[in-house]
Amino acid sequence: MSERMELSFTLNGAPVCLTTEPGRRALDLLREEFGLTAAKEGCGLGECGACSVLVDGELKLSCLLLAAQLAGRSVVTAEGLGTPDAPHPIQSAFADCGAVQCGYCTPGMTLATSALLAQNPDPDRDAARVALSGNLCRCTGYVKIVDAVLAAGAALRGEKP
Amino acid sequence: MIRRVFRPTDLARLWPLLADGALAMAGGTDLLVRRRGQAAVDVALLEGIGELAEIAAMRTGLVRLGAMASHSALAASRLVTARLPVLARALLALGSPQIRAMGTLGGNIATASPAGDSLPPLYALDALVELASRHGRRRVPLAEVILGPSRTALSPGEIIAAVLVRPPVSGSLQHFEKVGRRSALAIAVASLAAVIETDAAGRVASARLAVGSLGPTVLRCPAAEAALAGQRLTPDVLQQAAGHIRAAVSPIDDIRATAAYRRQVAGNLLLRLAAGE
Repeated sequence: MSERMELSFTLNGAPVCLTTEPGRRALDLLREEFGLTAAKEGCGLGECGACSVLVDGELKLSCLLLAAQLAGRSVVTAEGLGTPDAPHPIQSAFADCGAVQCGYCTPGMTLATSALLAQNPDPDRDAARVALSGNLCRCTGYVKIVDAVLAAGAALRGEKP
Repeated sequence: MIRRVFRPTDLARLWPLLADGALAMAGGTDLLVRRRGQAAVDVALLEGIGELAEIAAMRTGLVRLGAMASHSALAASRLVTARLPVLARALLALGSPQIRAMGTLGGNIATASPAGDSLPPLYALDALVELASRHGRRRVPLAEVILGPSRTALSPGEIIAAVLVRPPVSGSLQHFEKVGRRSALAIAVASLAAVIETDAAGRVASARLAVGSLGPTVLRCPAAEAALAGQRLTPDVLQQAAGHIRAAVSPIDDIRATAAYRRQVAGNLLLRLAAGE
């Protein structure tokens, strides 16, 4: 079967090294080897965004990335944004705005928000909608999610709600 | 499914891998979807070969777009937004932010979809494709590289290295519009790219029109281009040219739209060029 490779990269800020099949999906690697289950398989075809992760700051689809493509990169999953005890302001904004229902799309949505706010700290609703256009939500609808993006931006700019 | 993954850092290291049967992988957004459930293959990643991602103006006046430049890198490039806005617009209508960060111009060509969003602008710009292999390089017009849906003229062991385009003269009209079922992550139902040079009086000196999703490949419309030549872009002139587009296309019925709808829209897209709009 597959030859295995030694793979080193940075995961949520910490260096990691493991031996794995190079053709494995990054999504499976993150979930099965590291127990990081925030990235989820929705469609497995690059159409839903549930598996989104940040790779060197760019939002990418872990279902269409091979393990070998992570070598030397910096990968951030939603677990790397914040924790239940110390949520990131983006995660707090999603909770406060009611932008979460079933939660399946939420990790990807928060990372898409992170990628947007890094480029554009004060987006308008249209910019938020474009930034989230690769992330499908099938339950809340997008109004509260866009509210959360703008609220997160305000929080990160240090503005009072 | 993928067996071995090779990461060559230059072309010299790539050629033996391709000779041994590895598939060249650009962004992977199409290849990995198509390989699901298929027999295991080896892939050679092109992403580590730096020269393939360069975007540069050449002394000859051509702009060289590296095949491995991502759609988002191209859409953010000053050279592209300033000189080739028709391409920048199309790339921002392609896929989603994630797909644009992963997918590449060369990959969009190699996939050879009639709905590839980068293709109508490249056809309208008379793009040349630089193909490279262990035997050397050759430049081929894009329309001769894409033979049909998922079919290209690439030889075994050959890759797309770059796309070469001559920017239209400053002040040219560069236009792209795509009709889809939704605005993001949508496969085009119909699309139009137009590159039109006009003289000081507003008369068309040259028009280049290409439509997507309206036949087995992206199509240029010479009859419609000729109908615009020497004319001002009035609604009447555009209506007449739109008729030529509708006559030239060969759309199909599929889950996204009927052939009749596509034919109607193909012409309608041209009407957007009416002066003042």
